[in-house]
Amino acid sequence: MTDATAPQSGEMLVAYDGTPLKQQLAKTTRRLRFNAFMLTLPLVAFLMVAFVLPIGDMLVRSFYNPTGSAVVPNFAEVIKDWDGESDFPPEEVFKVFVEDLALARKNREVGKTVGNLATRVNYEIPGSRSLFTKTARRVGKIEEGPYKEALFEIDKKWDNPALWKTLKRVTQDYTISFYLAATDRKFDDNGSIVQADELYRIYLPILWKTIWLSGLITFLCFIIAYPVSYLLSTLPMRTSNLLMILVLLPFWTSLLVRTSAWIAMLQKEGIINNILVYLGFIGDEHRIQMIYNATGTVISMVHILLPFMILPLYSVMKTIPPSYMRAAKSMGASNFLAFRRVYFPQTIPGIAAGTLLVFILAIGYYITPALVGGNDGLLISNLIANHIQKTLNWSLGAALGAILLAVVLAMYWIYNKLVGVDNLKFG
Amino acid sequence: MKLTKLLAGTAISLAIGLGAVSANAKELTVVSWGGAYTKSQVEAYHKPFIAKTGAKINSEDYNGGIAEIKAQVEAGNVTWDIVDVELSDAIRACDEGLLETIDHSTLPAGADGTPATEDFIEGTLYDCAVANIVWSTIFAYDSSKIADGPKTMADFFDLEKFPGKRGLRKGPKVNLEFALIADGVPAADVYKVLETDEGVDRAFKKLDSIKDSVVWWEAGAQPPQLLADGEVALTTAYNGRIFNAVAGEGKPFEIVWDGQVWDLDLWVIPKGAKNKETALEFLKFSTATEQLAKQASWISYGPARKSSAPMVGKYHNADIDMGPQMPTAPNNLTNAVQNNFEFWADNSDQLTERFNAWLAN
Repeated sequence: MTDATAPQSGEMLVAYDGTPLKQQLAKTTRRLRFNAFMLTLPLVAFLMVAFVLPIGDMLVRSFYNPTGSAVVPNFAEVIKDWDGESDFPPEEVFKVFVEDLALARKNREVGKTVGNLATRVNYEIPGSRSLFTKTARRVGKIEEGPYKEALFEIDKKWDNPALWKTLKRVTQDYTISFYLAATDRKFDDNGSIVQADELYRIYLPILWKTIWLSGLITFLCFIIAYPVSYLLSTLPMRTSNLLMILVLLPFWTSLLVRTSAWIAMLQKEGIINNILVYLGFIGDEHRIQMIYNATGTVISMVHILLPFMILPLYSVMKTIPPSYMRAAKSMGASNFLAFRRVYFPQTIPGIAAGTLLVFILAIGYYITPALVGGNDGLLISNLIANHIQKTLNWSLGAALGAILLAVVLAMYWIYNKLVGVDNLKFG
Repeated sequence: MKLTKLLAGTAISLAIGLGAVSANAKELTVVSWGGAYTKSQVEAYHKPFIAKTGAKINSEDYNGGIAEIKAQVEAGNVTWDIVDVELSDAIRACDEGLLETIDHSTLPAGADGTPATEDFIEGTLYDCAVANIVWSTIFAYDSSKIADGPKTMADFFDLEKFPGKRGLRKGPKVNLEFALIADGVPAADVYKVLETDEGVDRAFKKLDSIKDSVVWWEAGAQPPQLLADGEVALTTAYNGRIFNAVAGEGKPFEIVWDGQVWDLDLWVIPKGAKNKETALEFLKFSTATEQLAKQASWISYGPARKSSAPMVGKYHNADIDMGPQMPTAPNNLTNAVQNNFEFWADNSDQLTERFNAWLAN
C-alpha cells in the first residue's frame, strides 16, 4: 500500500513557510517537551529541596567532617608530612599547632573554635575535651620554643603519642570514624580498627533489634490484615464500606492520640489491667507490665501500621473474581488447596506491597517507640534523634542514618529479586 | 489616580508608624525551663522589667541542651535573645563560640555596694554566662505513705528497707554520683572515683541493684507527678519542683538532702541575638540583688549573689521560711556534691553511650 501523498525520492516535504517539515516537527516536539518539563519543574524543585539535598547533605556529613582543618588549618597541612612512625611529630609541627590554637582562641569564629576541635577529638578519645579548652586558655602565653616542652608543661596529657596520631587523623577532612562508631568499632592507639568495649556496644544490637522488631510487626500486621481484607473484599458493598471506615478512622486520627490511647489502655493502672484484675485473672499486686517495653512498642505499632497492610491487600483481593475459586473447587480441589494454589498466589502482589510498606515505615519509626518504648523498646531512629538533638554529634547521627538507608535499600533489592518490583500493587 | 495616591499615602504613613512603634517598643525572647521555675522568673524578673522599661517579653519553654542555640547560630537566624542553661552546657556553648561574651564589670554592684565580681558566689561567673540560681537534685518521698522515711542516699538504693519503684532521671548525669555516694564514697571524693574506670563500673554496679525497679523520667515536672500518683515510692527530683508541690499544692512530700548534687542555672546570650542590647539589660536587671532575692520567694532555688541571702524571706503565699529550703542552707550541705562540669564536658558522650547500652540490655 502506498500513500498517495508520499514524496518522490529527492523531493523534500516543506511546511507552509518553506522550512523542511522534519525540522518543523523537531521544533514542535522540542517545544512540547520543554512545556512538559516546565510543568514538572515545581515538583522537581520540591524534590530537590525537600529530598535530594537534605539526604545528600546527611550522607556527606557522615564521612566529611572538616572541623579539624577549619580550627587548625596550618597544622592540618604540616602534620600530613609526618609519617606517624615516631612517637611525636617534629618540633615545627608543635610550633604551628600552638600558633593555630592561639589564633583560633582569639578569633572565636562560629564553627572554628578550639571547643569545636575539642569536641571532635573527644569523640575519638573520651575525656580529652578539657585538655584542649584548658590549653587554649594558656597557649597565648607561649612565646618561644621549644614548643613541645611548653605544651607538656601546660598539661602532661600532651605527652601521649596516641593523641598526636589521633590529631593527625581528625585533621583530615574525610573520615570513616563515624561509620566505625556507628558499628561499635573504633581506632585503637596504633590506628588499627578494633571492636568497642563490650559495655559500650549499642548501635549494632539496637540496629538488629530494630530489624527484628520491624519484621515481627510486619508479620503480625500481615496475619491480622489478611483475613480482614478478605472479609472486606467479599462482603456486599454496603457492609464492606462501613467496615472500611472502621479501618480508616484510626488512620485519620493523629498519631500522638493513638499512641496516648495505647498508654491509657496498657499501663499498669490502665483499662486492660483493671479488667483483668476485676475479673480475677490476676491479683492486684501482679498487674502486667505491657507498656514502656518492647511489647508496648509492638502492640501500638502494629495498630498504627495496620491500614498500610490492609489497603493494598484489599485492593488486590477486590480484583480476584470469585469464579476462580469456584472453578478450582468444581475440579475437585479441597477448600485449602483451592486457596493455596489459586487464591493465595493472586494476592502476592498485595502482600508484597503491604509488607514492604509496613516494614520500611516500621524500621524508621520514632515517635511511638520514644513514647511507649521505655528502656528496651527503643529503635535505631531514637538513637539518631538523640545524636541530632541532644549530643549534637550530627556526623554520627548521619552515619547511623546512612546505615539505616542502606538497610532499607538492601531490603528493597532482595524484594525485587524475590517478588519483582513490577509485581507490587499498592492499590 | 486619586485612589492610587491615597492608597500609597496610607501605606507610607502606616509603614512609618509601624517603624516608629517597633523602634520604641523593645522586644525580648526569654527562654527557660517552664513550669514553676519559669513562673518564678516571670514574677521576679519579667514583670518588674516590663514595668521599668516597657519592653515586650516573649517567654518560651525548652528542655535544656544547646541543640537549638547551635542550630540558630549556625544558620545565622537567632530568634532566642537570652536563655537559661545548665553550667556544662554554658561552658560547651561558650567554648564553641555560640555565645556572646559578657563583661562582668558592667554587672550592677550588690545592694551593700560590693562589686559584682565579689558579690557573686565563687564559681558562678563565666566568660559567656552569669548564674542566677543554685539548684539541686535531691530525692524525695511521700510521707503519708512511708512513715519512718529514708534518711540517707544509701536508703534510696535499699529495696528491702524501702520497697517500691524508684524514679530516676534518664541519663548518666547525677545518677552515677548518687550511686557512688550510696555505695559509701564520701561526697568530696565522688569525681575522683568516677575519673577511674573502676569507679564507673562501681557506679553502674550499684545502679544495677535497683535497675528493675526504676521508672525513668525526663522532664522536671514528672517526678512530683510520679510521686503523687503512687507510681514510685522514692524519686530523685529537682528540689524546687518538690518544694512547690509541698508549698503550692499541699502535697505531703519530704526532701532528703543527704548526697544532693547541686548545680547552677545561668543566663547566656546566643551570638548574634537580634535584641542583644535589651537581653544584656535584662540580664543585668534580673541578676541584681533584689530580683534574685525576690525569686527565692517563688521557688526554693538559692540566689547566686551573697548579698541576696539576707533578703530571702518567706514563700509568697504561705508562712514558710525560704532560707532552710535552699540547697545552699548549711544544714542541707553536710553531705553534698557540686556537679563537676568539667568531668561531664569530658565524659558525657562516652558515659551516655554506656548508659544507653546498659539500659537496653
